[in-house]
Amino acid sequence: MSGTTNSSGSSSDVPDAPAGTASSSGASGIEMKVMAPSPGSPGSRAARTAGAKAAAYPAYLAGKLGGAVVSLFAVLVTSFFLFRIIPGDPVKAMTHGMPTSAEQLATLRRQFGLDLPLWRQFTDYCAGALTGDLGMSYQFRAPVGELIAQKLPATLLLTGVAVVIYSALGLWLGTRSAWRHGGPGDRLNTGLALTLWSVPSFWLGLLLIITFSVGVGPVPGLFPTGGMESGGTSGFAYVLDVAHHMVLPVLTLVAVGYAQTLLVMRASLLDEMGGDYLTTARAKGLRDDDVRRRHAVPNALLPTVTMVFINLGHVAAGSILVETVFSWPGLGGLFYQALSVPDLPLVQGLFVVFAGAMILMNLLADLIYPLLDPRVGR
Amino acid sequence: MTTSLHWARRRASVARFWRRYRTHRAGVAGLAGLTLLALVAVAAPLLVGSDVQSVTHAPGEALESPSGAFPLGTDRFGRSLLGLLVWGARISLTVGLLAAVLSVAIGTLVGIVAGHYGGWFSTVVMRITDWFLVMPTLVLAIVLATVLSRSVWTVILAIGVTTWPTTARLVRAQTIAVESRPYIERAKALGGGHRHVMTRHVLPNVMPLVLAQTTLGISTAILTEATLAFLGLGDPSVVSWGGMLQDAREAGAVSSGHWWYLAPPGIAVALVALAFTLCGRAVESVLNPRLGVAR
Repeated sequence: MSGTTNSSGSSSDVPDAPAGTASSSGASGIEMKVMAPSPGSPGSRAARTAGAKAAAYPAYLAGKLGGAVVSLFAVLVTSFFLFRIIPGDPVKAMTHGMPTSAEQLATLRRQFGLDLPLWRQFTDYCAGALTGDLGMSYQFRAPVGELIAQKLPATLLLTGVAVVIYSALGLWLGTRSAWRHGGPGDRLNTGLALTLWSVPSFWLGLLLIITFSVGVGPVPGLFPTGGMESGGTSGFAYVLDVAHHMVLPVLTLVAVGYAQTLLVMRASLLDEMGGDYLTTARAKGLRDDDVRRRHAVPNALLPTVTMVFINLGHVAAGSILVETVFSWPGLGGLFYQALSVPDLPLVQGLFVVFAGAMILMNLLADLIYPLLDPRVGR
Repeated sequence: MTTSLHWARRRASVARFWRRYRTHRAGVAGLAGLTLLALVAVAAPLLVGSDVQSVTHAPGEALESPSGAFPLGTDRFGRSLLGLLVWGARISLTVGLLAAVLSVAIGTLVGIVAGHYGGWFSTVVMRITDWFLVMPTLVLAIVLATVLSRSVWTVILAIGVTTWPTTARLVRAQTIAVESRPYIERAKALGGGHRHVMTRHVLPNVMPLVLAQTTLGISTAILTEATLAFLGLGDPSVVSWGGMLQDAREAGAVSSGHWWYLAPPGIAVALVALAFTLCGRAVESVLNPRLGVAR
């Protein structure tokens, strides 16, 4: 819902869209490098730039990989300090409300390694996290890593489908709006997108449940109120059953999510529309559709592609509310269950997973971007 | 004499701003909506009485349907939902405003300092900014709200601390652009220190950007506040729109089809967020000529 680009409505952050990691000054530096006239005969210059290009990508790759590793480490540091230092004594939290003797407290401390110096606790935590050991959940009395692995497929299914649908829808509608900007269709589309963007996703979900599951007036209850399956089915019937359960959650995610794609696509296509190369394309006698499809859209796609990747990073985190509302058995629902206790090891583990997913997707976007746009990263 | 000239110029620029703002019809609509809402929120004690939150002196039965006495029905304690809705505007607007101001203040400070000093210091600061930008905002805000004590201030802090990086990036870019102008060199040659350059020259120049960012940030902040309250991370003793939705869900309004309990708070959140977004976009396109006329 609230994505990395917080002000999705502002088109001014579109230039910053490349995963937010290519700094704006860096981008202008690239422009200058491209523009800078280099001495030497044309032939040798071409050879040199080709050589530089071949060498530049691995260096760029290494830089981005290093950055991602540092970011992941920062996530571990943050999660350790947020959960170990701020809430106070974890043993007190564990024995909440129960009378405990000093001896029992000491035993608990030893058990959870809390009698060690802080730096040892930190190194132990990092070592554990890197080997997949994220601690024990208070609530489920099970390893956090196992719980997360159990719930992951459901989340990937739900939000993966939603991201694919709303990216496609946003791209299509964004292109149409920009191409005929100022017209009634554009105004309707942009207005609708802005309105849906302003709607809290959980509320939309609740209304959809009331309307289509419980039924209001003449509308009968068409869809299940929550969960992922009714049970007792297998094979193709099972697939249909899950799809039936997915309709409303996916609809909610798409309604809230497509607005951002639409607005970014529209803004970046509008930026391209003044381009001289479009006039050239028209002068060649291409049809309007071809100018749009073959010339304008590929260039305008670049910022949008980055955003799609960032949205994929949100696959894990973005569905917390929708999964809660629809009782979908995924990571978001698990996060909500952990919050209400609060089950700190589980919250902590999920925080690391959500943040890690974002870093990974940003890294992927960074790695793919220069392949799509030769001006970046060379 | 100089002060009067100063004020005349300031008045002229405000008038110029307003003349151009007026041409954005959506922005004017948003502004009108916000003015109305702010009036309602300020006058809430007069309109609905300050005892509207009281559970013990609830006027009606629990979960009544809309009627003449209770235009939007009653909640599970028998309180008037219309009264709660009006009262909730106060907390939503306050949290939204303060959180956006906090976020933009942090962002502006970081952006100006990083843009002004440059060098390795700036690199480190921007790395940290990038890291925050990559973090899933909602998750970080939820985690902060979980580990800190439950209060309105925690919510403001959680939203403010997690949403500043966009502003920091924009402000830094603008700072670098401003500092390359000749008058900064002149100010430095005349003996202006870092502080003088940053507060007297850079800050006034990034203010338009900061203003636009704040307006846009408020709608995000209001949505996040509603979300946190819905997840039960708000202050339970305060009535807010997100909290009302959580109450409604807990009271079983969903399965029993009590749409009148659920619909109004969500519509209110959406309208306020939309109004701020419309205003923010209008302010942005007036103050940022680079965006052109198409938008």
